[in-house]
Amino acid sequence: MATADATPGDLTLQILHALDKEDPILSAQAFPAATFTDVKAALDRLASREMIKYDTLDREEAILEPEGEQIAANGSHEARVFEALRQAVEGLSVQELEKTIGDKNVAKLGQSKAFKEKWISRTKEGKFKTATDSIKDVTQEQVQTIKTTRTHPDPKVITELKKRKLIKMQKVISFKIHKGPKFALEIAKEETDLTADMIASGAWKTATFKPYNFNALGADQNAGALHPLNKVRHEFRQIFFEMGFEEMPTSQYVESGFWNFDTLFVPQQHPARDLQDTFYISDPKVAGKPGPTSPDDTRDYNEVWENVRQVHENGKFGSVGYRYPWSAEESLRLVLRTHTTSVSAAMLHKLAGLRDRDGRVPSARYFSIDRVFRNETVDATHLAEFHQVEGVIADYGLTLGGLMEFMEIFFGKMGLTDLSFKPAYNPYTEPSMEIFAFHKGLNKLVEIGNSGMFRPEFLESVGLPSDLRVYGWGLSLERPTMIKYAISNIRELLGHKVDLNFIEKNPAVRLDKD
Amino acid sequence: MPTINVDKYALFEELGEQFTPDEFQNLCFDFGIELDKDTEDDPARPKDEAPELHIEIPANRYDMLCFEGIALHLRIFRDQQATPNYKLLEMPEDKLQTITVTKATEEVRPYVAGAILRNLKFTEATYQSFISLQDKLHQNLARQRTLVSIGTHDLDTIQGPFTYDALPPKDISFIPLNQTQKMNGEELMTFYDSDKHLGRFLHIIRDKPVYPVIFDANKVVCSLPPIINGDHSKITLNTKNVFIEITATDQTKLDVVCNIMVAMFSKYCEEEFTIEPVKIISEHNGTTRITPSLAIKVLDVSVDYINQCCGLEESPEAICKLLSKMAFRAEPSEDGKFIKTYVPPTRADVLHACDVMEDVAIGYGFNKLPRSSPNKAATIGKPLAINKLGDIVRNECAMAGWVEVMPLILCSHEENFEWLNRVDDGTTAIKLANPKTIEYQVVRTSLLPGLLKTLRENKSVRLPLQISEVSDIAVKDESLERRARNERRWAAAFYGKTSGFEVVHGLLDRVMLMLRISFTTPEEGRKEDKVEKYFIEPIDEPTFFGGRAAAIFANIGGKVQRIGEFGVLHPTVLEKFELRYPVSTLEINLEVFL
Repeated sequence: MATADATPGDLTLQILHALDKEDPILSAQAFPAATFTDVKAALDRLASREMIKYDTLDREEAILEPEGEQIAANGSHEARVFEALRQAVEGLSVQELEKTIGDKNVAKLGQSKAFKEKWISRTKEGKFKTATDSIKDVTQEQVQTIKTTRTHPDPKVITELKKRKLIKMQKVISFKIHKGPKFALEIAKEETDLTADMIASGAWKTATFKPYNFNALGADQNAGALHPLNKVRHEFRQIFFEMGFEEMPTSQYVESGFWNFDTLFVPQQHPARDLQDTFYISDPKVAGKPGPTSPDDTRDYNEVWENVRQVHENGKFGSVGYRYPWSAEESLRLVLRTHTTSVSAAMLHKLAGLRDRDGRVPSARYFSIDRVFRNETVDATHLAEFHQVEGVIADYGLTLGGLMEFMEIFFGKMGLTDLSFKPAYNPYTEPSMEIFAFHKGLNKLVEIGNSGMFRPEFLESVGLPSDLRVYGWGLSLERPTMIKYAISNIRELLGHKVDLNFIEKNPAVRLDKD
Repeated sequence: MPTINVDKYALFEELGEQFTPDEFQNLCFDFGIELDKDTEDDPARPKDEAPELHIEIPANRYDMLCFEGIALHLRIFRDQQATPNYKLLEMPEDKLQTITVTKATEEVRPYVAGAILRNLKFTEATYQSFISLQDKLHQNLARQRTLVSIGTHDLDTIQGPFTYDALPPKDISFIPLNQTQKMNGEELMTFYDSDKHLGRFLHIIRDKPVYPVIFDANKVVCSLPPIINGDHSKITLNTKNVFIEITATDQTKLDVVCNIMVAMFSKYCEEEFTIEPVKIISEHNGTTRITPSLAIKVLDVSVDYINQCCGLEESPEAICKLLSKMAFRAEPSEDGKFIKTYVPPTRADVLHACDVMEDVAIGYGFNKLPRSSPNKAATIGKPLAINKLGDIVRNECAMAGWVEVMPLILCSHEENFEWLNRVDDGTTAIKLANPKTIEYQVVRTSLLPGLLKTLRENKSVRLPLQISEVSDIAVKDESLERRARNERRWAAAFYGKTSGFEVVHGLLDRVMLMLRISFTTPEEGRKEDKVEKYFIEPIDEPTFFGGRAAAIFANIGGKVQRIGEFGVLHPTVLEKFELRYPVSTLEINLEVFL
């Protein structure tokens, strides 16, 4: 339980007794020996019980420097020189004077000041001798006054001694103490908390309770926490479910070039397939040719294989194709999937085998949020892994305007409005649109995702009818999260370098609210 | 996306307008290119350099990789000019330049094309643009010259007919561009080996028995593709007649590059947009032909298809007008059902009616397209079963006071095996062929490396640390098409002054309770039962400290299987992961509970 500090000892009692005799009292006078911390603690303790009240007094005090202390004790340098010469009747040479005083510095400074005061003079032999019978050591008197009163009635003296570095000024805080409304000579015992024992015994009725410190935080909860990125992912999933989307089985990090690229009409010489961009796998070595994934999978996989080959090599489905010799070997190289669209491709291939009541391929809405891999050089905004959010809508009669309207609803649920769409290029969608939203915090348009209608070369290769159009869009999970939480380094969000405190203290995600 | 730097005011002059930054930005946005940077107010710009616009071009628009292409297409888009009609000059047979191809080229780089630009006038700017377009094409479409490479020559220094041959490196000897010394093919490889620019291309032919070479009628070496041209025929600012030869390993891309090169720069010929063809004599494979083809592809695109996809109801004539903004010549068919679309030779990106349809939408303006409801059919939302199960475990762990972490899936081989005192028998881990760092050698087969690295990076956080993760590992599986499969795992780790063994054990019990799996003894656990149950048995495995580890078994539907293990990690494991305090971990396969 957080309560005010209590200082033990009898200073509190002393204060109460002193106040009983005289009200108010000054702490500097009444308790000159007590340290500031002790006095303050004792006063706070009494004040929190309203037994006393106090005001804080600031003032400056003059404190002797070591040289000032020396003068207060032994007299000023010039007085010491005079005294030494007075005792040596014959006068003293420079060396003798130094020896007698035992401090070269004092002798030198004192001798020059004593000359100025005309206390001493020089003989023909060059020795020093006194020039007067008696002197008054004003400096010593001044520092002695300061030593006892910590000030001097003449402000000029203080300025002068400060200049001579004999004293320094120091801020001193003291207190003026009054009786409070609950003043008493004894302190009642205070309880910190209401306990079961007190309830049982009835002691709570008479007990005094220590006041609670309402300015401090409560006790740490040692709470568990979900990862911020997964909290954002949860919000995205909710939005997809609200809009009738089915989650795709993306538990498949390893893909063949066929599903990851070729089916999607990404040509085999495309830069995305470079070693610089894609992780290839050395073990296991090659993928099998596409084939049924389960006993009840009756799709003709040879057909999709041949379609893909032809559409790349010679063109098909109304497309002239890329017209290059398509390599089966390249297609069967294994990669770490560079996007989850490889899974969408397999899902759409599966969809093409389904029929609704009217004998048509049914409409479908799919989504996934899962890890993808790029052979990137790691920096503040790039990791070799990140999460891709992907959505697919397959339906008849879809239009580009419908895709835009969908995006406005989808992103509107995250509080992103005023979208605009920029023509873009993507090998597997045509038309392709980059989606931009106005970001109030950054005061500019930011790209929030990519979208488009999948190319017929892809859709018809996997067996979908030509009048079924399919929207596809994607974005990374990390980017909106980083924008939302103003995180500039992706490594602070994903991976083992993430700070556990950050995870524990990250607020709940409410995309629609903030 | 390639970025092209163009002279700002020269471009504005071409477009006949001084744009404000916002206006130009909007023009780019509508057309689908991106203004990356305007150096006008950039303090880093040298005072004697004209302000530049850095414009990002979509990866498929090879026809916009130079100033000329950008200016041309924006002018057409703004109705300032029509698409040029590129023309091949009619040449009498005896005046026609030829390149004769030998069969030997099949061994190294089988395809060649040629073209001539006559009576050209270069300025400093157009000359630089000409060089830079070759660079950009080499980088992008030509895949660093592997697929296609371009050589340009001052035709007045050489003499046709030309030959495209392939010879042993020693038998090709010439002075390379901007050099003074004659060298043969082998010497050339050594000479350019450490050259930052050209060194990158040597591998394309280095180990071939023969190197490709273009000769003129007097056996002057014009070029050694795809590495370098000869110094003899180099072009200069004063060159009037340019001979372009292009060699390739890909016939389609050869034609694309050839068309784009001549289309962009025929603008500067005395007779605008005319190109003198070159005859390629290729008798060994019967592909003798005239290049460049400048073939115009004709696509009949359904009016309904365009209107339906775009959500428009435009007339065929209106569609043709929109297409003309995108550099197509187009006319309605007689019945008005189709648009006869003439795809200019520069638009190699147009493969299908959908590409034409997109350009109609761009011509119309994406953001002006009428909106319509995307909800055509009712569909039913559904989560993936394994994710639903995983969420239960994730939430239970958080409720029990554990912090969820998300380490990476790729890790080093040591982290996955040696550091855990585990042996790689070659049957589990998926290995990467081309990682850039040792951090990414394998796909993890266990969640432990990620958890332990997370602890390592969080030593300053108050103890004890209790972290958990539900995520996939992946393993080899030869029975599957992808030869691998993922497996959903759940793991947790406790890090503190005491081992936390019983804490981790308690977490297991808690989650099992929430999954309705009851605890039992090994004897009872092995009996067939309708009730789903789990039991644990001590194990002695090098990952764990002796006597402080157990295997976890589940009996689901009478099938007993080991699903994971938990225990106090062996101190040698801690040392490898630089952990000072004891750690207890737990890891199980969640898929058995589906």
